[in-house]
Amino acid sequence: MSQIRLWCRNFLVLSSLMFAMATTAQVDVFDFETAEQEERFRQLANDFRCPMCQNANLTHSTGGVAADLRREIYNQILEGRTDEEIEQFMLQRYGDFILYRPRLTVKTILLWFGPALFLIIGLWVAFGIIKRSASPNRNNDESGSEATRPEDLTADEQARLDRLLSDRLASDPSTGDDSPDDSRR
Amino acid sequence: MKNLKLYIPVFAFLILAVFMWRGLYMDSRTLPSTLIDRELPEFELRTLSEGDQLVSNADLPDEPFILNIWGSYCLPCLQENPIFMSAREQGLVPIVGVNYKDRDNLARDWLDINGNPFSMNIVDDTGRYGIDLGVYGAPETFIVDADGVIRYKHIGTINYQAWQDEIMPVVRELQSAHAAQSAATTGQSS
Repeated sequence: MSQIRLWCRNFLVLSSLMFAMATTAQVDVFDFETAEQEERFRQLANDFRCPMCQNANLTHSTGGVAADLRREIYNQILEGRTDEEIEQFMLQRYGDFILYRPRLTVKTILLWFGPALFLIIGLWVAFGIIKRSASPNRNNDESGSEATRPEDLTADEQARLDRLLSDRLASDPSTGDDSPDDSRR
Repeated sequence: MKNLKLYIPVFAFLILAVFMWRGLYMDSRTLPSTLIDRELPEFELRTLSEGDQLVSNADLPDEPFILNIWGSYCLPCLQENPIFMSAREQGLVPIVGVNYKDRDNLARDWLDINGNPFSMNIVDDTGRYGIDLGVYGAPETFIVDADGVIRYKHIGTINYQAWQDEIMPVVRELQSAHAAQSAATTGQSS
């Protein structure tokens, strides 16, 4: 029990540390003319990925190039460039990688719609399985192997099955129709 | 039909296996450059040697050359240096340096100590030209053709194997194309 408490405590400590890391944004001193400019800067720096650190956006990256790119965004905002122009600027130099939200192109179609595609395939398969197991009268003509179902046993097979079952019941009545697992309980 | 259905998991496994196998050998650290087959971005910057005099694209070699992004703080650059030095001694190909986010005095000291393989050293102390080049850290190396068009980019250290197998084949190809081109133009003019 104390083991579990220890685990819980470790988990809490670790997860709070993780949040602590996530909130240490890089503090650059940029003076904006308007609050709207500052908001745009924050948005853009959050939406671009740092090309060096890969799993951080420009806001959270400590990499040297991230600081340069933040300053570049700042300068371009002050120069009056639009968000689209700044995005184009980044794309021309660093490619699609710089975007955390990939553009919809032929190359990225699988990325965008792959999950939905797999969901549909999964639902289709699941639906098929449920439908087949739910229908009480299965069609014989669809199945190739007939001997897999009890009602399809030939007379010989049925007789053999009966004989085997009765033999087993006679020799070992304690495990009659309980499986070994059940008898252990 | 029934039999074919049985093999669906096998096919699914194979497709997944191919993707994951490829994923094993994919290096997510090196980004494909968007600048391949585009002209080298324009610049007007100081050089390490010539004081405050500015140089621009016109001052670059008019033959295929290598553009190496380096800094005195960059350890892999130290590993590349002997390879570049021997290339300079053999006169294989001109190497232009871009001293990226460095300090002039440190860069000069570095060249004095380790040797200077560069025919010219462009100073990009702010890293602004590096942004135009899509650089995200030294060392990065471009191969530029005689017309100033970027033909190849290598990210990270160039070791001897990379030099032999990646860099030099591209350089030789560009050089022979350049030689053929200049032979054709001199033939026309005479």
